[in-house]
Amino acid sequence: MTQSVVVQIGQCGNQIGCCFWDLALREHAAVNQKGIYDEAISSFFRNAVLIDMEEGVVNEILQGPLRDVFDSKQLITDISGSGNNWAMGHKVFGSLYQEQILEKLRKSAEHCDCLQCFFIIHSMGGGTGSGLGTFLLKVLEDEFPEVYRFVTSIYPSSEDDVITSPYNSILAMKELNEHADCVLPIDNQSLFDIISKIDLVVNSGKLDTTVKPKSLVTSSAGALKKQHKKPFDAMNNIVANLLLNLTSSARFEGSLNMDLNEISMNLVPFPQLHYLVSSLTPLYTLADVNIPPRRLDQMFSDAFSKDHQLMRADPKHSLYLACALMVRGNVQISDLRRNIERLKPSLRFVSWNQEGWKTSLCSVPPVGHSHSLLALANNTCVKPTFVELRERFMRLYKKKAHLHHYLQVEGMEESCFTEAVSSLSALIQEYNQLDATKSMPVADIPRLSIAM
Amino acid sequence: MSIVTVQLGQCGNQIGFEVFDTLFSDSHSSQGLCSKRENEAYQASCKERFFSEEENGVPIARAVLVDMEPKVINQTLSKAAQSGRWKYGQHAYFCQKQGSGNNWAYGYSVHGPRHEESIMNLIQKEVEKCDSLSGFFIIMSMAGGTGSGIGAFVTQNLQDHYAHSLKMNQIIWPYGTGEVIVQNYNSILTLSHLYRSSDALLVHENDAVHKICAKLMNIKQISFSDINQVLAHQLGSVFQPVYSAEGSFHYRRNPLGIDWQVRPPISGLPPLGKMPLNKELHFNTSIANLAILRGKDVQSADLEGFKDPALYTSWLEPVDAFNVWKTQRAFSKYEKSASLVSNSQFLVKPLDMIVGKAWNMFASKAYLHQYTKFGIEEEDFLDSFTLLEQVVASYYNL
Repeated sequence: MTQSVVVQIGQCGNQIGCCFWDLALREHAAVNQKGIYDEAISSFFRNAVLIDMEEGVVNEILQGPLRDVFDSKQLITDISGSGNNWAMGHKVFGSLYQEQILEKLRKSAEHCDCLQCFFIIHSMGGGTGSGLGTFLLKVLEDEFPEVYRFVTSIYPSSEDDVITSPYNSILAMKELNEHADCVLPIDNQSLFDIISKIDLVVNSGKLDTTVKPKSLVTSSAGALKKQHKKPFDAMNNIVANLLLNLTSSARFEGSLNMDLNEISMNLVPFPQLHYLVSSLTPLYTLADVNIPPRRLDQMFSDAFSKDHQLMRADPKHSLYLACALMVRGNVQISDLRRNIERLKPSLRFVSWNQEGWKTSLCSVPPVGHSHSLLALANNTCVKPTFVELRERFMRLYKKKAHLHHYLQVEGMEESCFTEAVSSLSALIQEYNQLDATKSMPVADIPRLSIAM
Repeated sequence: MSIVTVQLGQCGNQIGFEVFDTLFSDSHSSQGLCSKRENEAYQASCKERFFSEEENGVPIARAVLVDMEPKVINQTLSKAAQSGRWKYGQHAYFCQKQGSGNNWAYGYSVHGPRHEESIMNLIQKEVEKCDSLSGFFIIMSMAGGTGSGIGAFVTQNLQDHYAHSLKMNQIIWPYGTGEVIVQNYNSILTLSHLYRSSDALLVHENDAVHKICAKLMNIKQISFSDINQVLAHQLGSVFQPVYSAEGSFHYRRNPLGIDWQVRPPISGLPPLGKMPLNKELHFNTSIANLAILRGKDVQSADLEGFKDPALYTSWLEPVDAFNVWKTQRAFSKYEKSASLVSNSQFLVKPLDMIVGKAWNMFASKAYLHQYTKFGIEEEDFLDSFTLLEQVVASYYNL
C-alpha cells in the first residue's frame, strides 16, 4: 500500500485541504463499517503538512472539529502574511522556512513505508500559496526526486479581486512548468457556475423524487465542520471530491486498477505538457440505485460537456492528447466500452494518439452515490486560459504597475518576470503547434521495410 | 507431468484464479460421461499437473503469484481460500507496494532485476515440488507494466535457468480502443522480447472474448469476470488431460509439448514472387493446427475438413501440420466439446495494427521520456519494431 502526503499552503490551499480531510474521513467512516478498508484509508493519507504565513485559517482549523485530525507538529505558520506578493512567499518565506519545511516533510516521509506522491493544494493568485507553494516544489524535487508531485492549482478568474494576481500566477506557472509532474488547473468561476447550476436543479423541483437534495458534493450533512454559509465551502467540496476520486482506484479494489503513477505515465506525453483538465460527474445523487443504462450513459456524456469542467475549457472543440476515465461504482467494462465508442466520433484526438484512452474501474463508489466518473484530459483547451493570463499580465507589466513591491524583495529582478512570461509563451506555442495539426488528415508514417 | 504457472500483474492474477478454478471444477465434475476408472485417471492426471497435495487434503495450485502492488494478490489469495476446494500456497506469492505504473521499462529494467532472486526462488520452490516438470505457463497482459515488463523479464530468466523446459506464455491482447494509452509501446516491447525467449505465445484478444460474451452468450453488462471465465474455459479445454498415443487410461500427453515452432523446409522457402492470382483467400493460412475433442463419439468424429491443403501454406503437408487429441471424458459437463489451437495468420492484422499505431506514436516521440527514464532507449524500440515487422512479413508470406 502506497502513501501520499498532502501539503496545503495558503488560505485557499488550507480551506480546500480541510474540506478534503473532512470528506476523506466521511468516506473512511462509511466504508469502515465493513472493517476491511480501515488500513486502506488511514495509511494512504499518512500525513498532512499545513503551511500558512498568517494564522487565521490554520487557527480556525485547530480550534474546529478537525483539531483531532491534525497535530501541531504538522504546521508551519507565520503571522505577517505574504501580502499577495509572490516574491514575499517565494523568496522571503522560502528561505526563512526552508529548513523547517524540509524537516516536516522528512518526518512525514519517514512515517511512510512507500511514499508515492505529494499532493500540493494552493492558489496561484495570492502570495503564500503561489510563492511559497511553488518554492516547495523545487524543494520536493531535490529532496524526493522519485516521488510524484501532483499540484492542484486554483487559477484566478478574470474578475479576481487581487490586482496582482496575474503577476503571481505567471511567476508561479514557471515553477509549475519546471517542477511539477502533473498540474490540475481549476478556476473559481467554473466552480461557482457548477454550484449555481446544482442549486438551480435541486431547488427547481424539476426532477422531484429522483434527485436527493443532499449529495457529497453540495452538502455538509454529517460533516465534522459546522455548516458555514461561506460561499467557498461548496466550491471547495468539489475540489476535495476531485482529489478523493483521483486516489480511489489506488485505495480500493476494482477489476481494472489505476495507480497514481499511471496517471503521469499515460497522460503526460511530453514532460512540459502536464496540465490536465478535470471534470466530475454526477454532481448530485439520483435516488435510484440500479441505474438504467441511459442514466449511466448520461454520466459519460456530461463528463465531456464544458459545463462540467472544473476550469473554463471546452475540450470537445479542442484537441485531445490523452484522456483518462476513472469510474467508481457498479459499472462494468462493457459500459465503459460502449460509452467510449459512442463519444469517440465527436472528439478529436491528436494523430499519434487516436485511441488515447486510459481507463479504470473501481468497485467502491463515493459516499451517497452509486457510481461516479472523473475524467482527466490532456487537451489544448487549457490554452485560452493561459493566453488570457498572459494578456492580463502584459497589461500590468507594460505600465510597470505594482512592480516595485516585487523588485524590492531581495533576489527579485526584472528578469524573473521576463523569464516567467517566456516560459509561458513557450508552453502556449507548444499547444499552438498541436492545434495546427487538428485539421490535418491523419497520415500513416511509412513503416520500416524489412529485407526477407 | 506437472506445469508450474506464473501469474503476473492484475490481469495475470485475475485470469490465473479463473483458470485454476475451472480446472478444479471440471476435474471434480460428476458428469464425466465415462467410466469411473476413466474419470479417476483423468482426475489424477489433472491433479498432478496443476495441484500439489497438502496435509488436510486441500489441493494447492502449482502457481507463483507476482504483482508489484498488493490489492489484486490479496483478493486472489482470499478468493481461492474462501472456495474451500483449492487454494494457493501460503507463501507462493511475491508482492511489492508500488505498481509498475503501466511502464514496461519500469517493470523490465527496475522491478525485474531488483526482485529477480526472490521471484526465481519462489518458482524454484514450485519446481522442486514436481516429480517431473512439463514446463511453465506464464499468464500476463501486454498492455500494462507488470505483466508485460516483468513477464518478459521472468520468461527470459526461465530461458536461462531452465533451458530444457518448455515455456508457454498466455498473452492478453488489449482492447483496440485504449485500456492504457501506452499499450502499443508496451505490447511491442513485450512481444519482441518474448519472441526471443518463449517457446509458444498463446494469444487471447480482449475484443474477441468480449464479442463472445456479447454475441454468443448474450451477457448484457459484461464484466472482466465474465471475460476471464470464458478465457479460463478455453484454456481448460486445452490443458486438461488427453489420451497419449498409447490409448485410453494413459493421460500422459504433455500439453506444452507441441512443436509450436514450425521450421521451414531445409531447401528454403519458395521464392517470394507475386501471389498466384487464382489462390482464393478464404482461410487464414496455417502452419499448424491442433484439434482437441472431448466427450461422446470422439473416436468417430470426422476431421477430414482439417486436412484440406487449402488451409495450409504451400511448403507444408497437412499430415505434418495437423494434429488431433482426444478423450472420452467430457469437459465441463458438455456432452461434446471441441477446441482448436492454431498457428496461423489470424493474428497478422491485429499485430500489424499494433505495430502501426506504436510506430506512429514513436515517430512523434510521444511518451518516450517515460521509457528512457528507466533505460529503454530509442534503439531498443527500433530493435522491437524490426523484429516484429519480420514476424508480420513472415506470416503474410505464408
